[in-house]
Amino acid sequence: MSEISDYRQQLLQAIQTEKATVSLMEVCGTHTMAIAKSGIRELLPPNIKLLSGPGCPVCVTSQGDIDAVIEMARQKDIVLVTFGDMMRVPGTYSSLQEERSQGADVRIAYSPLDALRVARENTDKEVVFLGIGFETTAPAIAITLEQARSEGLSNFSVFSLHKVVPPALELIFSDPNINVDGLICPGHVSVVIGVEPYEILAHKYKKPCVITGFETMDILEGIFMLLKQIKQGDAQAEIQYRRVVKREGNLVARQSIEKVFKPVEARWRGLGVIPDSGLALREEYESMDARLKFNIPDMEEMPIKGCACGEVLTGKINPPDCLLFGRACTPLNPVGPCMVSHEGSCAAYYRYTPAKGRG
Amino acid sequence: MAHGSGGLMSQQLIDEIFKSAWNNELMEMLDSAILNITAGRLAMSTDSFVITPLFFPGGDIGKLSICGTVNDLVACGAKPLYMSTAFIIEEGFPLSDLRKIADSMAATAQEVGVKLVTGDTKVVEKGSADGIFINTTGIGIIPEGIDYRPQRVNPGDKIIVTGYVGDHGLAILAQREGLSFTTPALSDCTPLYQLGEMTDKYGQAIKCMRDPTRGGLATVLNEIAKQAGVGIRVKESSIPVSEVIRAACDMLGMDPLYMANEGKMVMFAAAEKADEILADLRKLSPTINAAIIGEVCTEPTGMVLIETELGADRILGMLEGEHVPRIC
Amino acid sequence: MCLGVPAKVIELMANDVARVDVNGNQTEISVRLTPEVKINEYVLVHAGFAMEIIDESIALETMQYLEELLQYE
Repeated sequence: MSEISDYRQQLLQAIQTEKATVSLMEVCGTHTMAIAKSGIRELLPPNIKLLSGPGCPVCVTSQGDIDAVIEMARQKDIVLVTFGDMMRVPGTYSSLQEERSQGADVRIAYSPLDALRVARENTDKEVVFLGIGFETTAPAIAITLEQARSEGLSNFSVFSLHKVVPPALELIFSDPNINVDGLICPGHVSVVIGVEPYEILAHKYKKPCVITGFETMDILEGIFMLLKQIKQGDAQAEIQYRRVVKREGNLVARQSIEKVFKPVEARWRGLGVIPDSGLALREEYESMDARLKFNIPDMEEMPIKGCACGEVLTGKINPPDCLLFGRACTPLNPVGPCMVSHEGSCAAYYRYTPAKGRG
Repeated sequence: MAHGSGGLMSQQLIDEIFKSAWNNELMEMLDSAILNITAGRLAMSTDSFVITPLFFPGGDIGKLSICGTVNDLVACGAKPLYMSTAFIIEEGFPLSDLRKIADSMAATAQEVGVKLVTGDTKVVEKGSADGIFINTTGIGIIPEGIDYRPQRVNPGDKIIVTGYVGDHGLAILAQREGLSFTTPALSDCTPLYQLGEMTDKYGQAIKCMRDPTRGGLATVLNEIAKQAGVGIRVKESSIPVSEVIRAACDMLGMDPLYMANEGKMVMFAAAEKADEILADLRKLSPTINAAIIGEVCTEPTGMVLIETELGADRILGMLEGEHVPRIC
Repeated sequence: MCLGVPAKVIELMANDVARVDVNGNQTEISVRLTPEVKINEYVLVHAGFAMEIIDESIALETMQYLEELLQYE
């Protein structure tokens, strides 16, 4: 595929001719990983900075919420089903992996529908699915809850830590300490929400937003489109990832979220409490809300000393600037979620960045 | 538990199944085998096999137990001569499965030309073993002048991988329960005894060989880089990965460079002989997709860099933490 | 944020389930979120669900800035 290869080089060359100082935020953790893996960061000129963003759902889960999840796992006769990412995230005193090794029944799933199957097969146990993710993942959990309800499954519930992205972006744009000239917008969240939320943001804050895919070529095109807009003084929301993202997004998916979830305030690591940024189960689904069913208390926020995940997630510092990076905090012994999550910025830097990445 | 207690029944098990599956020439089943070997350096390797499932696309635990130890011997330049086999069998294990495993081991040993000369069976109560555990120990002679070890690897040496990577790990993962995922991928479980021809022909030009089993290609490269005190640089686009495996890994959130292989070798060879070695490898069926993937450098010491499609270098590190399936 | 893989729909089954294929690898996913999907179309898969139908004609229009990039050479 040497045509694509040449095209990528041409995009890169065009980007490398840019002389202005520009800061672009890679909102999405998957973008951070893709950028690190492809080596784009190494090849960008020093005047173009890529900042990490809050788009890693595991990373932005607060310490208190993680502790609540671990508390949940400890309960007797509960089977906790979760996506793999959550297993090694450190809580204040433990992790799900640690709990599992101590005898807790914690299982990994690719899909929330797997958890339904576990519930059907284990009627003597309470099966709780840990709902973490943004608008890409929430519809799947919504459909699963509808399915559980129609089957009358009484031993299934969801612990929702779901969040939605646009309010976090609003906060980032309105924070005077964060200097962002443009947004590389999450490709798959946008499959669901479409372009409109970004049009509102672009218009209000006069910053360009480009919904970008995850192949190396997609990311280069996305950066190219942002630089072009910035040079021309534009502030539009554009779709680079046109083969998958429709302007109107996926209405069926949004309706499924609407039906099952309601917006609530949520605490984001690094951003604090943001109104209407979390998703909680509606009253009609209360019987399947694990938080209510098992009386999980709100846990006190006990941030870990020295952990700068919050600042990494808002682009205020780069991972190597954190004092713990590469020393006390490594993927094998993570202190914060940014180092352990597969989409965490610190993990991306540590894993892939030669020399610079090591403490 | 009458079997394995040294009494009549354990002898019966051995006699019935193993002896009938294994040619008398191959196996005498004495407590100790008496072997005549020529003087020289003896290589010895042992490995235990605890894989589940026991029967998988492309092989079974029996075949694997022979291939694993054979390949370890081949990796140090030895010609595999004799092997011992020990079995820990869960009570109630189906005798028909035991027969299949024994047959599989016989067929593989026959192909390699290695003799199974002694063995042991123990039966343990249900729950104490996953069906069956197998240990094989093998010995072979290393020809004069052959010295394969990381310390012989020098900057400038080329790195060859003998074929597609990731197949075994992916094929096994797909068999695990709870995954509604099917793949045409097969384990690459293969005995690489034919690499003895390379040893004979190229002698000192080959510096080191290692089979990338648990942890995959990336792990072996890192191990050698550390043990040899050198840097390694490979090119992403040169590493052979089949389209099926690439797609499967994308779907499951895995990286083929960290998935196990049971029929591949990573070879470090002198630069001036590398192309020739490659051409010869490509003539042999188990190594037909061999490729030169990179070279040894002085720096960064003990680390592996991989050149991406874009031409940038990034680190190819050791696998950190459990390889769990991920979603996000 | 999300692992999405393009997969070809090879079979539509009961209960909004479809069988998809990616280079020979197959799995079953829910198409509840893409009810209009047809066989042989490609979908983006995430967490066991088809999230959207991939527009092949757009997918084939790669390199949309090729001409524009010539001015940078």
